[in-house]
Amino acid sequence: MKSSLNALLTRLAPQIIALAVILLLNFIMFPQFFNVVIQNGRLYGSLIDVLNRGAPVALLAIGMTLVIATKGIDLSVGAVIAICGAVAASSIVSGHSLASTLLVTIGVGLLCGVWNGFLVALLNIQPIIATLVLMVAGRGIAQLVTEGVIMTFNDEGLIALGSGAFAFLPMPVIIWLVVGALVILLVRRTALGMLIEATGINRRASTLSGVRTPVLLMAVYMLSGLCASIAGIIVAADIKGADANNAGLWLELDAILAVVVGGNSLLGGRFSILGSLIGAMIIQAVNTGILLSGFPPEFNLIIKAVIVIVILVIQSPAVQSAAVVLSRRSSRVTEGQVQ
Amino acid sequence: MNSKYLPLLATVVIFVLSYAICTLQYPNILSTRVIGNLLTDNAFLGIAAVGMTFVIISGGIDLSIGSVIAFTGVFLAVVLQNTTIHPLVAFALVLIITTVFGAVMGAIIHYLEMPAFIVTLAGMFLARGMAFVLSIDSIPINHDYYTTLTSLYYKLPGGGRLTLIGGIMLLVFVGGIFLAHRTRFGTNVYALGGGSQTAQLMGVAVGRTTIQIYALSGFLAGLSGIVFSLYTSAGYSLAAVGVELDAIAAVVIGGTLLTGGAGFVAGTFIGILIQGLIQTYITFDGTLSSWWTKILIGLLLFAFILMQKVILFLSSMNKRYA
Repeated sequence: MKSSLNALLTRLAPQIIALAVILLLNFIMFPQFFNVVIQNGRLYGSLIDVLNRGAPVALLAIGMTLVIATKGIDLSVGAVIAICGAVAASSIVSGHSLASTLLVTIGVGLLCGVWNGFLVALLNIQPIIATLVLMVAGRGIAQLVTEGVIMTFNDEGLIALGSGAFAFLPMPVIIWLVVGALVILLVRRTALGMLIEATGINRRASTLSGVRTPVLLMAVYMLSGLCASIAGIIVAADIKGADANNAGLWLELDAILAVVVGGNSLLGGRFSILGSLIGAMIIQAVNTGILLSGFPPEFNLIIKAVIVIVILVIQSPAVQSAAVVLSRRSSRVTEGQVQ
Repeated sequence: MNSKYLPLLATVVIFVLSYAICTLQYPNILSTRVIGNLLTDNAFLGIAAVGMTFVIISGGIDLSIGSVIAFTGVFLAVVLQNTTIHPLVAFALVLIITTVFGAVMGAIIHYLEMPAFIVTLAGMFLARGMAFVLSIDSIPINHDYYTTLTSLYYKLPGGGRLTLIGGIMLLVFVGGIFLAHRTRFGTNVYALGGGSQTAQLMGVAVGRTTIQIYALSGFLAGLSGIVFSLYTSAGYSLAAVGVELDAIAAVVIGGTLLTGGAGFVAGTFIGILIQGLIQTYITFDGTLSSWWTKILIGLLLFAFILMQKVILFLSSMNKRYA
């Protein structure tokens, strides 16, 4: 048990170090960064803010990790957020109960996943194009649902999902922690995780060795749709309305970044959901840090781009193999000196 | 009939059919005025889509073009507002910047062995960020030379106008077709899309070609930015958001395989015209809401992807029984 924990820590070391460095930078720029206080029965502070604001990307990253592990990609999650936000808002506005609203919204998210899964698993369309269809059409569909306006609502129960608190933590934080833990348990305590990795490494070989790859792919895209629908509910509840144009805009890119920054390869195979969640927190810590540090907001994107490039370059296969060669050479040199 | 021309043929047939249906409902759509506007309104998208066609044929993707267009527009507006540099010099400057930007992305993709998707995503953030740093406001361009350029047009029979930017787009497409089918660079791009390892074994300089492809895409995105700034007479850092998606959609609708290795620059032109036609139809109709554009383009994308699948399937059947 202890050795497996050690192995996990070794594997995630680059991500943990990157997160620590970013948090430290934030602390240097903004000394109150780690201050956390309890007010009105919940925790407040920049650190909690990172956890809270990072909720949508963290949720998307959970589903995206599994999709990317199967050598796929899901570009539609941002649009699914918009669709689900619109569905949730219009359902609650037209007088349905909270429970049925949530059920319908999650059902729509799953349906979006079924559509993507159908294209990828059954029609064998390249995932990047298959999900592009829903990405392009999705915002149009969301506008169709809201009839082109920003639909606002004031249902206490739904709003609480975005800004409420439970056990001192903001609700979105609880939600992504629980979903993340459940999915990690599901893929790691069963053979599912291994089968997903096998499909990502070689789909044909997995099919030939008896893995039901179409079912597996369908399930993975459905999970991605499910995560996106939960994120959509949180985003809509947070602003107390559904904005078909801007809800979840470019979040698919942030989610993919989170997965890649989390140490997962876009070529599929081995994956770590924990890594992706740390990646999501790295991205949010960068965003929050830039805001707190008082840089002019114009610089946000440039700083973000530079940090992302640095993290990716360090992780890139070429640099890593060069580092291995260099370390071997230097160890050989020291051995030579000993002799 | 070679099966590689089938997607292109299908695109042309669908375009002609849908144009005919539109004409039946609104006879005015078949006038040179509408065609002239179709070319002018989609000029910047068309130019950027030519670059995207090369990138996609080579098996890559370029997400940065929308941001590069916005950067170009803001750069031109700021330079023309604050200095006395002639617009033509500013054009040359910005084209050098965007070409180098593309080349650097290509170099990173090749030498650091990173996926094009992620590298150009970082490029998208960087270019948009640079535009923000230059200015967060929408800056109008009131240069005399701009007025001269935008008022240039060639009068088509029937009263339509082929504007300068529409003409530039047509020239870029002609140049792109020549580059793809009549030069060594074009052949290398197709070879790269077929498989970079195979291409390397055949003696294609993979590194140089990759850098050239992304440099070309950067150059055309810059040119598209210039056309966009002529079209809007302003520079705004939030402009042209999502143009890369429209360009990818046009390329796919134009019959280019997203797996790389097969496709036509001419097909992309028809893809642009189909997208423009949908928008024109919605404008003519007047009662349809603008979001139908997105849904229709999504459906068209789906239909074309499906058709490509069927064609690939049929051609593999032919091979099996041949």
